[in-house]
Amino acid sequence: MAGVWSWVTTGDHKRIGILYGVSAFVFLLVGGIEALLIRLQLAGPQQTLVGARAFNALFTMHGTTMVFLAVMPANAAFFNYIVPLMLGARDVAFPRLNALSYWIFLFGALFLHASFLVGAPPDIGWFGYANLTSKQFTPGPSADFWILSLLVLGVSSMIAAVNFIVTILNMRAPGMTLMRMPVFVWMTLVVQFLIVLAFPPVTVGLVFLLFDRFFGTHFYDVAAGGDLHLWQHLFWIFGHPEVYILILPALGIVSEVLPTFARKPLFGAPVVIYSGVLIGFFGFGVWSHHMFAAGMGPIADAAFSVATMLIAIPTGIKIFNWLATLWGGALRLTTAMLFAVGLIGLFTLGGLSGIMHASPPVDLQQTDTYFVVAHFHYVLIGGSLFGLFAGVYYWWPKITGRLLDERLGKLHFWVLGVGFNVAFFPQHYLGAVGMPRRIYTYPAGAGWGFWNLVSTVGAFGIALGVLLFMVNAWRSLRAGAPAPADPWDGRTLEWRTSSPPPVHDFDEIPLVYGRDTFWREKHGPRREAPPAPVDDSSSLRLAPRLALQPGVCAPVAVSVATGFADGSIGSTSGYPHDEICGLKKIDQIMLQGHDDTRPQCRPY
Amino acid sequence: MLGHPPPRARFALAAVAAAAGGCAWDGPMTTVVPGSDFAREILHVYGIITWASVGIALVVFVGLAWVLLRFREKPGGALPVQTRGHTLLELAWTIAPALVLLVIAIPTIQVIFRTQASPSPQALHVTVLGRQWWWEFRYPALGVVTANELHLPAGRPVALTLEGPDVIHSFWVPRLGGKRDVVPGRLNRLTLVPDTPGEYWGQCAEFCGTSHANMGLRVVVEAPDAFERWVAAQRATPAEPAGAAAEGKAIYARSACVGCHTIRGVSAGVLGPDLTTFGSRRMLGAGLLPNTPDTLAAWLKDPAAIKPGVKMPALGLSDAEARAVAAYLLGLK
Repeated sequence: MAGVWSWVTTGDHKRIGILYGVSAFVFLLVGGIEALLIRLQLAGPQQTLVGARAFNALFTMHGTTMVFLAVMPANAAFFNYIVPLMLGARDVAFPRLNALSYWIFLFGALFLHASFLVGAPPDIGWFGYANLTSKQFTPGPSADFWILSLLVLGVSSMIAAVNFIVTILNMRAPGMTLMRMPVFVWMTLVVQFLIVLAFPPVTVGLVFLLFDRFFGTHFYDVAAGGDLHLWQHLFWIFGHPEVYILILPALGIVSEVLPTFARKPLFGAPVVIYSGVLIGFFGFGVWSHHMFAAGMGPIADAAFSVATMLIAIPTGIKIFNWLATLWGGALRLTTAMLFAVGLIGLFTLGGLSGIMHASPPVDLQQTDTYFVVAHFHYVLIGGSLFGLFAGVYYWWPKITGRLLDERLGKLHFWVLGVGFNVAFFPQHYLGAVGMPRRIYTYPAGAGWGFWNLVSTVGAFGIALGVLLFMVNAWRSLRAGAPAPADPWDGRTLEWRTSSPPPVHDFDEIPLVYGRDTFWREKHGPRREAPPAPVDDSSSLRLAPRLALQPGVCAPVAVSVATGFADGSIGSTSGYPHDEICGLKKIDQIMLQGHDDTRPQCRPY
Repeated sequence: MLGHPPPRARFALAAVAAAAGGCAWDGPMTTVVPGSDFAREILHVYGIITWASVGIALVVFVGLAWVLLRFREKPGGALPVQTRGHTLLELAWTIAPALVLLVIAIPTIQVIFRTQASPSPQALHVTVLGRQWWWEFRYPALGVVTANELHLPAGRPVALTLEGPDVIHSFWVPRLGGKRDVVPGRLNRLTLVPDTPGEYWGQCAEFCGTSHANMGLRVVVEAPDAFERWVAAQRATPAEPAGAAAEGKAIYARSACVGCHTIRGVSAGVLGPDLTTFGSRRMLGAGLLPNTPDTLAAWLKDPAAIKPGVKMPALGLSDAEARAVAAYLLGLK
């Protein structure tokens, strides 16, 4: 089975993982280009490369794209490809549902970007604070595209989360108790629970907003008694766990990469697991630290401040346990290892600046400034992206059956690392001297020009780093050296099968008798006795050969959102939308005889 | 070896030193040169956390550098000892950060409550209204209304009540302290004592739509007697204009201007800034441009060209008319 059709109808977790990965990378490039335009506009004071509205759309789409369309699906790529292999399973629990979540994600992403086609990209910020999102202050369809696509993407994430919870709890190889699961699988499990618990609040918030905009309700209408803090609470109850949804998979990847290349077990693995669980748990109790400037009063400020500081403890434990993993090891500084070690350093800096604005008084000077921009880029690039690249270099041979060029990879690491720090370290300074976020221009007299220019230069360094990765990937796919099954002398089960694995993953389901079973099979000692083989019929499950429904269902489901947006496009003011009047026409024909008060299309 | 860095390293060190020297910390929007008790309190906590962070960062980076230099794989070397953990060590690096956090949390909580205490009875009350995309300041006890330029007396407590008639904004004058959101439907408060006379820059810090970037303000902190003189000038009825300014007043009175702006004795619009003492303001368009005849004439002809999305329409004035209105408005002091 080959060709495009085989990808559309696939139910194989490995192929779906690749689909997620490629899509995420494409959207990383889209969000990256948006970032470069932002940086060019800010390279000096009073620049006129883009106007105010375009700039507002750029940072909104950059944030939304990077969070929902780049990092989350990149994480999903590894969940899909690696987790079943690490579990010693033949696929996920619900392969067709798995395909459905990918296709819904893809169509949701395309739907969001369709806003560019009608000239109305969202320009309300990725956090979409009410009441700026109301019809009164954002009349066009731009906010509708944002609301509807986030709802669609939420469906995709929820489906996938349930699927992976069931998979991880039920599809483990015989002998793999929960505490014997690799840390990456553990972090995946925690993230799925975060998704299941965090997406409903934001969905509620978005539905309120949708109803306000389409059906005249008043959830965020102050004149009718609405409370604007409601949106902020609903958004951040989602938004803060979302940060851990973005970062925990990277921390899981690093917890696999470091032991492999230190040739030592993860130091204190249970503590690393518990600390990940605790981060996820505390993550639900700190959302209001995004609202210290909102005026919640001193008691709420103090409570959320202390809760936020508590998160630093499990995070610190992870850092120290990783250092202890390296201590006394026999380090192999491969590209994957460099990215993992880079994460330790950069994520530490991001964590420390995070502690600074865990203190409300300090946060009142830092929130909504470039200090915060620097902080979360250290977490999301220095943390998530570095972790993801560590994962890419680590598992590329397993996925493609070919090796990446290590010299080019190391160049990629250094260019990206230097570019990143040049781009974002100066932003701490810019924030400290008062540069606010989300401004498309700034006066020369503010004294922010020079370090903004430096930051822009650094941003192009990041772009060059990503370009080097593309060259490396291209060369590897065309003519890379074939990869053996276990190129790194790995510790977990995915290295026990061929590179790339067969459709059914394992010819024989492995038996697990402890942490790092595969390593012990190679290097000994086999301290614990292997359990008796279990007749586990679920592990014999094969991927469905043809999963046609998801590829059909997803666009149909997303077309509901299109219907909403079409209606709102008809009622806009000030945006030229004649190009899609074909759709409007159909709509009008179907509404004949009904009282349609919306503006009519101009005749062709 | 560390004593004699190679030439390249020496160059890098010089570059770093130059770069650090190139950072001016006293810009107009700086958060680290306080001009009020509020800003000083914040800086105190800021300092504690910064030093704690630097300490922790040093521990991690030195540790990281040490393991990276010390524990490389050697060709033909034996497998390292397969250590799986050490309970005491792990307890130690759970407890140590908790203690550091205690050092941060205690002053944090003290400052939270100190800076959000109720205002003193002698406080000067000012109502701040954040609007798309300008600021209105009302002094209820003094009967003064102004826009985009807040005057405060040095040494006297100020209680700012923040009101939002449209969307959420955030009032922020970094050298006078932290920001506070202006939330429609809520009355937020900010209390502080400005202690050093001078001109302070401020800026809306919550994204509020198209011209969010162009929503600046100035705070002028002055000695109490100078502040009294300013109040008196604000309350005086503007003198009747003469010459070009008189013509400007006539144009103003017959144009759309009167629908939105107040000039005491001339018009009573409420959608735009009160212009009664417009000529006394330093900046035009919410901290956007210096308030001069040229910039003002250009603004009057096409405000949206200067400030995207601005609610003020182009009035269709000729060059001469715009200059006349500018002369009138700048004469209002």
